[in-house]
Amino acid sequence: MIPLNWYLLLGASLFLIGVIGFFVKHNIIALLLSVEIMLSAVNLTFVAFSSQRGEISGQVFVFFVLVVAAAEAAVGLALVIAIFRNRESLNVDRSNLLRW
Amino acid sequence: MIEFLFLFFAAIAVGAAVNVLAQKHVLYSALSLILMLTAMSALFVLLEAEFLAVINVIVYAGAIMVLFVFVIMLLNLPRDENGDRLRWLKFVGIPMGVFFLLLIGRTLWTAAGGEPAQPRITGSAAVIGSSLFTDYVLPFELTSLLILIALIGAVVFAKKDL
Repeated sequence: MIPLNWYLLLGASLFLIGVIGFFVKHNIIALLLSVEIMLSAVNLTFVAFSSQRGEISGQVFVFFVLVVAAAEAAVGLALVIAIFRNRESLNVDRSNLLRW
Repeated sequence: MIEFLFLFFAAIAVGAAVNVLAQKHVLYSALSLILMLTAMSALFVLLEAEFLAVINVIVYAGAIMVLFVFVIMLLNLPRDENGDRLRWLKFVGIPMGVFFLLLIGRTLWTAAGGEPAQPRITGSAAVIGSSLFTDYVLPFELTSLLILIALIGAVVFAKKDL
């Protein structure tokens, strides 16, 4: 059997990759993809703990994380479309004014 | 054998996640993320969460990522022009992130995992469904409200003139 530590370490690594991507990338869609990486890492941790403790609650929570991810992707991509229509660019450094 | 499978899929997941950040064009990032989610599903199978593995492929890799790819192709993006300012962020952020990972990894590695609970559970659709509709009914119903709000919000944001 694989120890719990391995899964937690993998989840932490993936989460860190997501965080680094969120701070380093310049493209709004790349930022959204980084958030998806982070959510996925959290899912893995949830399932690992669920399996370790013999409780199903962790897997039910992954379900809710999936729902939040879907809602976030829908609203985020709608915002991306709106921003691209106004600015012709998805670079976050260009979107530094509240009104233009 | 099972350790080998774990290491194999973990390597795929981490490699694909790094590739998401390394790619210049965001479309390749999205495709790489699909690979990462597939590896994640394999890890769910190793943890005996079969239903979530299936859902992860269908909903995450299937629906959400297709939405991403669809929007990327719809917008017909120019090549990623790197930002003029904040270029040095890369050289500060990555070392600090790796340092933080080493810190947290050391803690996780030395922490005693303990023996897994005995009887092992399998995350079949029946078990998850019965928990979802008894203990978690209220969050489940609120979820529908969240989806409705997201739906309306997406339409309002994306529409040209309301």
